[in-house]
Amino acid sequence: MSSSNNPVAKIKRPLGLSLLATELSVMFRRRRTYAMLGAVALIPIFLAIAVRLSSQVLAPGEGPPFLDRVTQNGLFVGFTAMIVGIPLFLPLTIAVVSGDTIAGEAGQGTLRYLLTAPVGRARLLLVKFAGAATFVFAATLTLMISGALIGAALFPVGPVTLLSGDVISVPESLLRALLVAAYVSISLLGLSAVGLFISTLTDVPVGAMAAIVTVSTVSQILDILPQLSVIHPWLLSHNWLGFVSLLRQPMDLSSFGANVLVQLGYIAVFGSLAYSRFTTKDILS
Amino acid sequence: MSELAQDSLAIETRSLTKQFGSHKAVNSIDLAVPTGSVFGFLGPNGSGKTTTIRMLLGLISATSGEVRVLGQTMPQNLNSVLPKVGALVEGPAFYGYLSGEANLIRLDSADQFASSKDRIERVRAALERVGLSHAAKKKVHAYSLGMKQRLGIANALLQPRDLLILDEPTNGLDPQGTREVRNLVRSLASTGTTIFVSSHLLAEIEQLCSHVAVMSAGQIVAQGKIEDLRKEGETRIRVSTPDLDAASAVLVALGLEPITTMDAQLRQEVVAPLHDSKLEGDKIVAALVKAKVRVSGFAVEEPSLEDRFVSLTGEGFDVVQ
Repeated sequence: MSSSNNPVAKIKRPLGLSLLATELSVMFRRRRTYAMLGAVALIPIFLAIAVRLSSQVLAPGEGPPFLDRVTQNGLFVGFTAMIVGIPLFLPLTIAVVSGDTIAGEAGQGTLRYLLTAPVGRARLLLVKFAGAATFVFAATLTLMISGALIGAALFPVGPVTLLSGDVISVPESLLRALLVAAYVSISLLGLSAVGLFISTLTDVPVGAMAAIVTVSTVSQILDILPQLSVIHPWLLSHNWLGFVSLLRQPMDLSSFGANVLVQLGYIAVFGSLAYSRFTTKDILS
Repeated sequence: MSELAQDSLAIETRSLTKQFGSHKAVNSIDLAVPTGSVFGFLGPNGSGKTTTIRMLLGLISATSGEVRVLGQTMPQNLNSVLPKVGALVEGPAFYGYLSGEANLIRLDSADQFASSKDRIERVRAALERVGLSHAAKKKVHAYSLGMKQRLGIANALLQPRDLLILDEPTNGLDPQGTREVRNLVRSLASTGTTIFVSSHLLAEIEQLCSHVAVMSAGQIVAQGKIEDLRKEGETRIRVSTPDLDAASAVLVALGLEPITTMDAQLRQEVVAPLHDSKLEGDKIVAALVKAKVRVSGFAVEEPSLEDRFVSLTGEGFDVVQ
């Protein structure tokens, strides 16, 4: 057979935007996705209500960072909730979404139909990662927006006094809130890449999710052991709380940069692992 | 194109082997599926049919051997081959929380070569084809097994295909649904599409297919045109008589080897394959009567495909693994 005898040599190959669109619509038509975003939105709401109802005045520095400032300025609710959510709850939702990427399709059998479409294995991985990343941004934005709304509803809102003592206006503080959301989202992209890789290893999504939560937890444990300080800067979770430096004046972007580098490293390494694993995998599901 | 198509093969494998650990699920098979045929891929459950299909579609890699689909090697040319191949593999699978239509849109957009412009028309036409238009907006959760099966076939028909690979397409369908699928396959075959159907049900293959391959324990034990395969079976005689022992003795004297089974004894029958003996039926009856065997019935049975199938793959639970 010569190449001229190739009847359907379609040259045009869409970029995969419509696949991404269906990926997102599949994700955002699931009740589970809304349940998780709803739970994320509840973090600042519970936090604000607890602070509002308690008469106890916190000494500065008591409780999670910024908690003592919440009563003075509602805009701190979002920041405090982010600090509360980042060690466990946000990684948990990321684990659910990224663990489901490939293993979920495999588990319900749709993976074989995507692959025979043919979707292209690398293309599917890219779209899955983009989908997981979209969820990460949606989760952090949900938390920030919910925080801003409940904060404004229950507490006075005004110019924000930063950690450095400088005062910024309300619009600027909202901008900082968006920056913090972006920072935290980027912080969680590395974990999403790890999740994508783990998801290619199994047909059981729950197993992948548990493994991803374990990775996130182990990383945080290693990060508090002083004996391991050499590897701390390279840990997935090392810069997770580094967004606090965005609340100084002038803004300290060094942590932002270090975080981006570390996360890009994780994306590169685990993205390649996922690629090499998935493109050679026998699909038996 | 048509002259070329006549002796060309839509699917061709050479010494195709797949090993899982120490177990050879598929052991050096040479499939030859002529273009334009309706090819039955027959074998008991666990004989390696689905593993073979997965290799044809590039879902799993072969341990050794070659695969050519529509003239191109797989999985190297997966991207140019698969758009021309519609597949139903090991039962349908869908996103239960999406509607039938949304599921097909999802799978159609997964096809990297499908244009998005006429996607919705394609999806609706495929749903129409399998009679699911009325349930297009219903969530797949609420579909019956038969509807899911038809939705799976609709997915295979999203594009005009040169080859359809249907793994157990009538599994879980009621008799009416089975007939619908059969008619659908026939109408597709009449347009020149090559159809490769796997099944463990002989009757299905017998009614549909022009060609057949029989798998057993990972190997192809017979392959060819269905009528040729039928001829390979053995002609048998069947004697109904209350004098079972006497009848057997006469048949043995004639050089036959009667098969005595519990079942035959209960029905008061003696069955014997004719092998190559040139004995005529009337001579056998004459010999029986002469020996004072009471003959209440006599038949010379043409070979059935079922007997052939069972003789190739083993009976009941004794199926070779």
